[in-house]
Amino acid sequence: MTVGQSPPRVDGVAKVVGSARYVDDLTKPGMWHGATVRSPLPAGRIRSITFDPAFDWSKVVTVTAQDIPGDNVVQLIEDDQPVLADGVVRHAYEPIVLVAAPDRELLAAAVKAIDIVIDHETPILTIAEALNPPKPIFGPDNVFKRYTIKRGDLAAGFAAADRIIEGTYTVHHQEHVYIEPQGIIAWVDADGGITVEGSLQCPYYVQKALKRAFHVDEHQARVIQTVTGGGFGGKEDYPSIIACHAALLAKKSGHPVKIIYGRQEDIEATTKRHPATMTYRTGVMNDGTLVALECDVTMDGGAYATLTSVVLSRGTLHASGAYRCPNVEIRSRAVATNTPPNGAFRGFGAPQTIWGIERHMDRIARELGLDPLAVRQKNLYQLGDTTATGQILKESVGSQACVEEATTASDYWAKRSLYGKPQQGRKRRGIGVSTFFHGAGFTGSGEARLKGKVQVDLAPGGRLIVRSGSTDMGQGQEMVFIQMAADAAGIPLELVSVQPVDTGEVPDSGPTVASRTTMIVGGITAKAAAKVAARVREIAPDLPWDQAAAKALAQGAVSELIQYVPEGHNQWDDDTYSGDAYPCFSWACDVAEVEVDLDTLEVTVLNVWAAQDIGKAIHPVMCAGQIEGGTLQAIGWALCEDVVWKDGRIANNRITNYIIPTALDAPPFHTILVEEPFSGGPFGAKGVGEMPMDGGAPAVAAAIEQALGVCPDSLPLTPEKLMEVYRG
Amino acid sequence: MIFSQPQSLTALFDELASAGDRPVLIAGGTDWIVEQHLKPTAAQRVLDLSRLAELRTLSVDGEGLRIGAGVTYRQLIEDERTRPWPMLAEMAKLVGAWQIQARGTLGGNVATGSPAGDSLPVLMAYGAQVELGSVRGTRLVPFEAFYVGYRRTVMAADEAITAIWLPTPAAGAVTQYRKVGTRRAQAISKVAFAGYAAGETIRLGMASVGPTVMTLPHTTAALKNGSDPVAALHEDITPLDDVRSTATYRMFVAENLVRAFADALAGR
Amino acid sequence: MAKMTVNGQEVTVSAPPMTRLIDVLREQMLLTGTKEGCGEGECGSCTVLLDGEPVNSCLVLVGQAIDRQVTTVEGLGNAERLSPLQACFISEGGAQCGICTPGMLVSAHALLERKPHPTDDEIREAIAGNLCRCTGYQRIVNAIRKAASV
Repeated sequence: MTVGQSPPRVDGVAKVVGSARYVDDLTKPGMWHGATVRSPLPAGRIRSITFDPAFDWSKVVTVTAQDIPGDNVVQLIEDDQPVLADGVVRHAYEPIVLVAAPDRELLAAAVKAIDIVIDHETPILTIAEALNPPKPIFGPDNVFKRYTIKRGDLAAGFAAADRIIEGTYTVHHQEHVYIEPQGIIAWVDADGGITVEGSLQCPYYVQKALKRAFHVDEHQARVIQTVTGGGFGGKEDYPSIIACHAALLAKKSGHPVKIIYGRQEDIEATTKRHPATMTYRTGVMNDGTLVALECDVTMDGGAYATLTSVVLSRGTLHASGAYRCPNVEIRSRAVATNTPPNGAFRGFGAPQTIWGIERHMDRIARELGLDPLAVRQKNLYQLGDTTATGQILKESVGSQACVEEATTASDYWAKRSLYGKPQQGRKRRGIGVSTFFHGAGFTGSGEARLKGKVQVDLAPGGRLIVRSGSTDMGQGQEMVFIQMAADAAGIPLELVSVQPVDTGEVPDSGPTVASRTTMIVGGITAKAAAKVAARVREIAPDLPWDQAAAKALAQGAVSELIQYVPEGHNQWDDDTYSGDAYPCFSWACDVAEVEVDLDTLEVTVLNVWAAQDIGKAIHPVMCAGQIEGGTLQAIGWALCEDVVWKDGRIANNRITNYIIPTALDAPPFHTILVEEPFSGGPFGAKGVGEMPMDGGAPAVAAAIEQALGVCPDSLPLTPEKLMEVYRG
Repeated sequence: MIFSQPQSLTALFDELASAGDRPVLIAGGTDWIVEQHLKPTAAQRVLDLSRLAELRTLSVDGEGLRIGAGVTYRQLIEDERTRPWPMLAEMAKLVGAWQIQARGTLGGNVATGSPAGDSLPVLMAYGAQVELGSVRGTRLVPFEAFYVGYRRTVMAADEAITAIWLPTPAAGAVTQYRKVGTRRAQAISKVAFAGYAAGETIRLGMASVGPTVMTLPHTTAALKNGSDPVAALHEDITPLDDVRSTATYRMFVAENLVRAFADALAGR
Repeated sequence: MAKMTVNGQEVTVSAPPMTRLIDVLREQMLLTGTKEGCGEGECGSCTVLLDGEPVNSCLVLVGQAIDRQVTTVEGLGNAERLSPLQACFISEGGAQCGICTPGMLVSAHALLERKPHPTDDEIREAIAGNLCRCTGYQRIVNAIRKAASV
């Protein structure tokens, strides 16, 4: 068995010797470079696009909306976002004109020779403005989507409560800062088909976008993933836009065209985490038991719908946190603003609402004079509990195990008591905790709709080739698929390989998102591998594997294509938002220990303990890497990352001033993998990718609360913002 | 763009004295190359000083320390001879990270003269002098007289910074350096403070709270005569909001850093 | 002709002196292990050794590198013969997406050349100029510590 071990990842050698080829490392014969000319203003009408007559336009090509052969629509959920703005601009940096040139110098000169004049309109820039817009950006009321979850009798719950406790919590934008900026190369094949290759998470999203914008079928739109330098959700939907742009330029110029975003362009134009406001009203008993929970969530979707409705869904489903409550009403909505569209970012709405509920649990503890962890433990979901949507937690609930592991390893109770006593000097310490869960896989009936597929082929030498559309962005999908396929087939790791992702070579496994890849796609990978192995052994039961495989192949191809079929008991009603919201949940407890400098209100995170129940760690080293990396993104979001807006534009569009943590800012991580197996996941595995993003910010805030005696409810907790809270 | 690498100081001074607009002088290039990347400028002359071994020397005598303009932050950290000036290495360790410390030079930091320049408060506190060279000879300018405004200096068009002089600290001198940046490395300061006190001599420097590095004369006087230095600080600086921080926060931190230095002087 | 030594080999440079070193390495010498993440000396993905010191190759002009020694990730080891650092980055989980890895390895190599047995704090200081968004740094620190012990 290799599952549960940490064999060297197969992409490791290429990455450490520098031979792994990312999109910007690739070139094509006759390749040109492409650039995007964007709106300088957040809202208005395009009055004119002028191409300076003094410039020699014969040496370059330019593309505007009129050159799009198919629909001027970025194919996703709604049809509101154009590939290139035509007439109207709805956010700063919206693409208007594309340019390609044989070299970068000429390209830069051509971009300079294009002048776009926009008649300025008053933009809507905040949630508050979006709720009362002079003129809606989207639909009749400027709301992209609404959801309501109801359980029990809210009024009766409040009537029975000893206390009613209310609070409002807000979170801000977050930029992904994958270290590899976005990029795509596109070319037109001899038969007129379009091929794109680049840094991306979801090849079939890109293919659908190309089909729509060029009116071609799937055989004429091929998408290849290059080694991808981080995604975190940021390369889920946006690469579709760059792919369409590069393909438009390739088609018009007759040359392969490469578009690589500079860092500033990447920060400005691509998606961010949705800002959100959460207002809670809870009824609690004096011992901390929750009896009623009412919550309003509002998210800022930005200028186009993109994935906002789905992000809002997950945020809504996590808004009551990992806590049992018999009477619940959660209402949520996402509004439109004239800011670049917000999109997928690790956690996908859950980090926002978990910030809300976790800070609110701390408020409940404070107001009742109870310990914050004690209040959590009183309400934490356990096996057999029913969630706000009516889902019964039938198995794999490691919530209490995580609390025990994290509190023991961190010596939480002793430190909590120590730091609760008066402290001397200009530095103050505190320790804080968060308990949380994350739904693994697509919401509700999503997996049934998606019908993800994987194919496993037997190849000469007894090798197995896994064909899936799942992508590795660094998280290690390729390695865990190899481990699971090898173990399921009962053959050595070395005999399994993963087909490079290319829509011409792999089936659509569904997107690589939602912490679904190991659990859902990995599950059918293991099944397919087991079936291929069973076929081989059936044909030649007495031969060793390699000879049996040869004999089987001699009789014909051996291959299994498996489509995911959800477990029968998963019931979900999209209309009432009730039922089994997720196939299962992962569970976690984070403990953060901080020191705050009273002279500067700089926060040092001294240690983080993260105990996370992920069912089964297929590759423990990579699982811990996911947990630590995700938790640091959460700490960065909490303490230093902040998008600074000025008139709808981003003032800190560089890594110099959009501040992510360095190795000196990151705490030592103490990671504990808890394994409460899930029967529906391969080897018991559940999701791991996103959950670490959920709990870091509230744990750090709780620790700061103990250190300073103030209650930060709004992110970020930069020294500037903390000062405002601290000085009152 | 014309790029040249003078091989001697004489050659450098000759080039500076020749006709035409003043060329851009680069050493580590850690500021200028970034600016070029963000916003390329039109053709100009660039003189690269990285080949000038004469600028990379550091020497100590009875008077003090002479740091060649081309000495890197890394040299300041590693060279034992800087130890009597502890704030030098402390400051250098907080400039960017290793890669920037290996390229960036003290002379470059002084010449760029950013209000956030990391070395500037420290040089102010140590009572530095700037050595300027040209075909006309060499002169020393007291550091507090070197800047005349935002990124403007008293340097003439034909001059280059050749060295920074620091007097030997008095025995028992109290020094304190603190950089408050956007993170622990790779950070530009929101406020940085350096203080030096020995007997009747008190010298302060503060960065990122004005158009150039600030000397805080009222605060210095208050520290000498025992009045409230924090009240005096408000007469010395009026910080601004920018993308890195806010005026209010800068004042809050500046007050606390001055208070901490006053406490150190009082032996608290 | 202008020459420099790259990974132990003397090479002729034909680029204008103001070309960035990273562009010469990647586009002329096809040493694409050196990555560009920001172009302004902030992310450290383009870290190479210049006469043994880690520098951001996006902030070095090739004219400044003439007659000097440049070492890129390709000079630290190869697939057949990984350096201890390279091997430990794989075994300890120090590389995820891999885009920061070459620069990170170069900085770590420079550290171990000077300090064969660094503390965790010294390791963090040495790689503070190399941003990683995947790992949370813990496993990179572990990998460097382990490489120092073999």
